[in-house]
Amino acid sequence: MDIPYTVEARPDTGVNNAKLGIWLFLASEIMLFGGLFSAYIFLRIGAPEWPGMMAGHMYGRASEVLSVPLATLNTFILIGSSVTIVMAWASLMMNRFDKYRLFMGATILLAFGFLIIKGIEYTSKFSHGLFPSESNFLGIYFVLTGLHAVHVIGGIIINSYFLGPGTKLWKTNPKYFTNRIEVAGLYWHFVDIVWIFLFPTIYLL
Amino acid sequence: MTYGTEREMTDSVSGGDESVHDVHRYHEEPFWRKYIFATDHKMIGIQYALTALFFLLTGFTFMMLMRWQLAYPGQPIPLIGWLFSDDTMPGGVMVPEFYNQLGAMHGTIMVFLGVVPLAVGAFGNYIVPLQIGAPDMAFPKLNMASYWVYFCGGVVMLASFFVPAGAAKAGWTSYPPLANIETMGQTMWLIGMMFLITSSLLGAVNFLTTIIQLRAPGMSYFRMPFFVWAQFVTAFLLLLAFPPLEAAAFLQLADRLIGTSFFMPSGLVVSGQVLDIAGGGSPLLWQHLFWFLAHPEVYVLILPAMGIVAEIIANNTRKPLWGYKLMVYSLLFLGAMSFIVWAHHMFITGMGTTMGAFFQVTTMIISIPSVIILSGLFLSLWGASMRFTTPMLFALAFLPMFGIGGLTGLPLGLAPTDIPLHDTMYVIGHFHYIVAPGTILALFAGIYYWYPKVTGRKLNDFWGRIHFWGTFICMNGIFMPMFIQGLAGVSRRLYDGGATYDFAANVVQYNELMSIFAWVLALAQIPFFINFFLSIKKGKEVDDNPWKATTLEWTATPTPPLPHVNFETVPTVYRGPYEYSVPDSDSDFTPQNQP
Repeated sequence: MDIPYTVEARPDTGVNNAKLGIWLFLASEIMLFGGLFSAYIFLRIGAPEWPGMMAGHMYGRASEVLSVPLATLNTFILIGSSVTIVMAWASLMMNRFDKYRLFMGATILLAFGFLIIKGIEYTSKFSHGLFPSESNFLGIYFVLTGLHAVHVIGGIIINSYFLGPGTKLWKTNPKYFTNRIEVAGLYWHFVDIVWIFLFPTIYLL
Repeated sequence: MTYGTEREMTDSVSGGDESVHDVHRYHEEPFWRKYIFATDHKMIGIQYALTALFFLLTGFTFMMLMRWQLAYPGQPIPLIGWLFSDDTMPGGVMVPEFYNQLGAMHGTIMVFLGVVPLAVGAFGNYIVPLQIGAPDMAFPKLNMASYWVYFCGGVVMLASFFVPAGAAKAGWTSYPPLANIETMGQTMWLIGMMFLITSSLLGAVNFLTTIIQLRAPGMSYFRMPFFVWAQFVTAFLLLLAFPPLEAAAFLQLADRLIGTSFFMPSGLVVSGQVLDIAGGGSPLLWQHLFWFLAHPEVYVLILPAMGIVAEIIANNTRKPLWGYKLMVYSLLFLGAMSFIVWAHHMFITGMGTTMGAFFQVTTMIISIPSVIILSGLFLSLWGASMRFTTPMLFALAFLPMFGIGGLTGLPLGLAPTDIPLHDTMYVIGHFHYIVAPGTILALFAGIYYWYPKVTGRKLNDFWGRIHFWGTFICMNGIFMPMFIQGLAGVSRRLYDGGATYDFAANVVQYNELMSIFAWVLALAQIPFFINFFLSIKKGKEVDDNPWKATTLEWTATPTPPLPHVNFETVPTVYRGPYEYSVPDSDSDFTPQNQP
């Protein structure tokens, strides 16, 4: 016996199961990052200076420690990837599987671009002796951006699956496949939005 | 019709004696698919139940060992003392470190591996899809994953006893800085907790989607049984309250493994030496993040129990629940409020009076919906000619026990009375009344009530009654003296139960009595376990609806319902959940699917 509303929306709720499921999951993700943002606020309020003393230097502004230009570039990369994943979904809605592959591929590439730039930032911190144990500013920076990077990697895995072996579903049940891309897209937007909150909070404020 | 595909399917196989055909079809599932990596919600429910019962017994065993040390401090444990290593019990005498490990793991196992998996994982999984008329949970594979992730979490927790210096010793609350400077067992605890948090997250998404999306035609929200409502609110609490603890666990892991100082203040001195850390962190941050989870967690422990009790009371009083809608609204209000009361666990941290006042007010407010639900259950008894079945005995006992637990909580919700009572045995008595004679009696009630649906046979009533009276009396014998000890000022987590403190001299003798009750409580569980396993094959066979109940799970045939199918045809719901003794009706119960 099949489970109802895996593909079609339930009339009275207006969504299918997976879409409701991903929204609920994202709600819990908000609480996860919300917990860490609260920790950031809590630590910052309790600190005499912020970012404060690190590796023998006193810093008055976060932008003196972290690279705002690189992070700005990364912000645009992630926003761009949010656009491409919507285009991927829209291509499926218009039955253009070839364009879907193009846009999904672009999304994955942009995600890799984000990780590479993040990697450059991390290495430059480490090479200056700026490790998470140096101060709570660096600690919360690495935990928040690290957890976000784990979410980016998760997104890459999901999107690659839907570009590779997952495409089999397109041939048998295109609507089901399109729904899955929409759900993957919702997750990817969330990853993007987290970064949009992270960037000003950590780098600029 | 919204369930079109299923209708066609069942129609196509229901000609002639096709139910036999169905049975054959499901026997074809290989063993490992049916019993181990099962995706059917009923088998997963059974897996959860057996695993959770194992962990409940494990946590209880830890406590029985600790109760020896409390009753007879420093004396070797007879008979079984030699089984333990020299690190934990040299010569059969428990060392303080091992006492702390048992204490921390008793709490962790009972809450996260025992009660919640039994209340939510087992009962929720098995009963909710049946009660709303669904063929399975919304995401069967996710359901399987949440069981196995839970299982891994349990293995990590148990394995932590075998790492150098043993399991976590900082209590189930794992307060830093103590927890940060603990031995490796604490890292295992954090990793284990991450598994358990992930598991309940997957479960919560699944439960909510199932309840919102898979209700059968006609099953509107206010026709859902109270048990489903309780699971619904519980799932919301798990979904939204657990992630901050996961965040906190990340931070504590970072503190322990890569040397950050999120929870470590500057200039912390350990064993006479100032720690070489950056400092500047706050131990209070952990407490906030922890209790932000752990207060809603209290309602995760109690709400499913209330749901079970409501089902059984309506069934055995043969009356509708008193104030069903009011109780549902109370549940929702209680769920929402539970997110803004957490700091009443922290009155002695030196919070300001404004903060203190806020959390005292919210705490007093949250007691109102709890009282409404309990009153609703009590008033349901009014004027009923009750059937004193075994599940009903447990359900009835829940009411005063939860009442004692709840009322003794009021002084703890107000700062002036909480400050002297904080961390005394009074607190232990209070929350154990909620969880042990409260929730666990309700869980037993649920086992006796739904066993016939799971196995097609009833548990033996005679041994059920022995189990009930033994459990009921012993639990009170254990927990009632805790109030007396606590009011005298005896602290919790004392290795010798307070024997070395002068002020405890008048109350310390209760320790022996409480311990004896604890061991007799263990004896009282023997008839239950024999009954539980023997009745699978030998119990009295019963029909599909032995309790003459109205809710949908009893209309599902055969008993137990087929995997992934549950209902021969998609049920249509025509009425509310508790239409018992409807005037001018032929029978004293009218099932929900009766037009």
